[in-house]
Amino acid sequence: MKKNEVPQDEGNLSKSNMKELMYATDENGEYTTALSTGWEPKTIALSNSIDDINERVAEAKSQVKNGEVSPIVYFMELHKMDVGILASYVEMWKWRVKKHFKPKVFKGLSDTVLSRYAKAFNISVSELKNFKAD
Amino acid sequence: METNFTHHQSAHCENGVASNLLKHNGLNISEPMVFGIGSGLFFVYLPFIKVNHAPAISYRPLPGQIFNKLAKRLGLKIKRTKFASVANANKALDQNLKDNIPTGLQVGVYNLSYFPDEYRFHFNAHNLVVYGKTETDYLISDPVMETVTTLTHDELEKVRFAKGAFAPRGQMYYPVNVPTNVDFSSAIIKAIKNTCRDMLAPAPIIGVRGIRFVAKQIRKWPIKHGTKKANHYLAQMVRMQEEIGTGGGGFRFIYAAFLQEAAAILNNEKLKSLSLEMTQIGDLWRDFAVDASRIYKNRSTQADAYNTVADQLSHIADLEEAFFKKLKAAIS
Repeated sequence: MKKNEVPQDEGNLSKSNMKELMYATDENGEYTTALSTGWEPKTIALSNSIDDINERVAEAKSQVKNGEVSPIVYFMELHKMDVGILASYVEMWKWRVKKHFKPKVFKGLSDTVLSRYAKAFNISVSELKNFKAD
Repeated sequence: METNFTHHQSAHCENGVASNLLKHNGLNISEPMVFGIGSGLFFVYLPFIKVNHAPAISYRPLPGQIFNKLAKRLGLKIKRTKFASVANANKALDQNLKDNIPTGLQVGVYNLSYFPDEYRFHFNAHNLVVYGKTETDYLISDPVMETVTTLTHDELEKVRFAKGAFAPRGQMYYPVNVPTNVDFSSAIIKAIKNTCRDMLAPAPIIGVRGIRFVAKQIRKWPIKHGTKKANHYLAQMVRMQEEIGTGGGGFRFIYAAFLQEAAAILNNEKLKSLSLEMTQIGDLWRDFAVDASRIYKNRSTQADAYNTVADQLSHIADLEEAFFKKLKAAIS
């Protein structure tokens, strides 16, 4: 890549005035560095994954509403986590976390267990308990 | 308290932290040199591990390896410590700052408040330097940022103890012994040999074979998983490839810059022309990203489009195989 080809597209970074450093060659073929504001293929890739997350969050929300899963699933998706990441934040086995996805099991959870989830999601126990998916 | 640390922006976080810490300790070493001598160029495809609900592709070795290899090859000593307790981790960091030692940390990205929201994923192999502390904040030099920044005490604790794959467990590191005279030539040769060995490894998921394997899988994705998932996989691949200076094109350009520097140090003209070749391969990685992005932008449903990008990728694999064979020959 030549220095004058370093992409300066509108990107997710340009919104917050961040620029990334890239290596490129100057007119004599010598390597130098240049700042880039963004690159379209990356911007599209990132917005693709953000759309994917939003879709997952919306689906989890409707599942909570229909009583198919517990609010834990909703907050897990909201925080871009999967079962493995959540399990390591709450320091429980994955299968135990999965059990807590069931609304029936969730209702019977003690505040001690719930507080671990609440801490992972940065909310209070009552916010987790009383989450209404409307 | 504040140490007299100088921030330089870099393309990749681990290179940048290593280069900045070593410069602070009197060894003037560029980012491409760190990357090259630390054998930072790598490829591994891990279809059985899912990251963001897509198969994992890593363009770099395990976190910490670049700096460790660099240190070993240049005869530097680095102290690394992980912590079981948050209190001890804080205490050790504060003690370092009191002793005027800017300290490298492995951190999770999710709670880095100075990153734009879109960039905050559960990715735990990020690196930064803490160079000071105030009543409320830690002073941070994050090498992918243009200037220095800050995190509150609470935020720094969170990122140091992020959970999930590669959990940093408060890990901190800093050079304890940097000799004034280092032998770059032999380190460069060892490092290049290592990278050639990695990229030409006889394992199906590593190096050029790994790239070829991914190309083959891409052809199957739309048939096996449907368009939606296939597009998601492809988008994830491009993200891992080009996000903040890592991966495909970006890494090839840093490696080409390293070969250019190495050519001068070793007085080896062949490395200079190989640097040119690596630059061209880097451009092809970027073309691949452009064409892949067209697929998931248009939500294209033709299997044909997937075959086209797969062809591009396997062409890259062929070129890299030839390249690393030539590189190996050039230094032996």
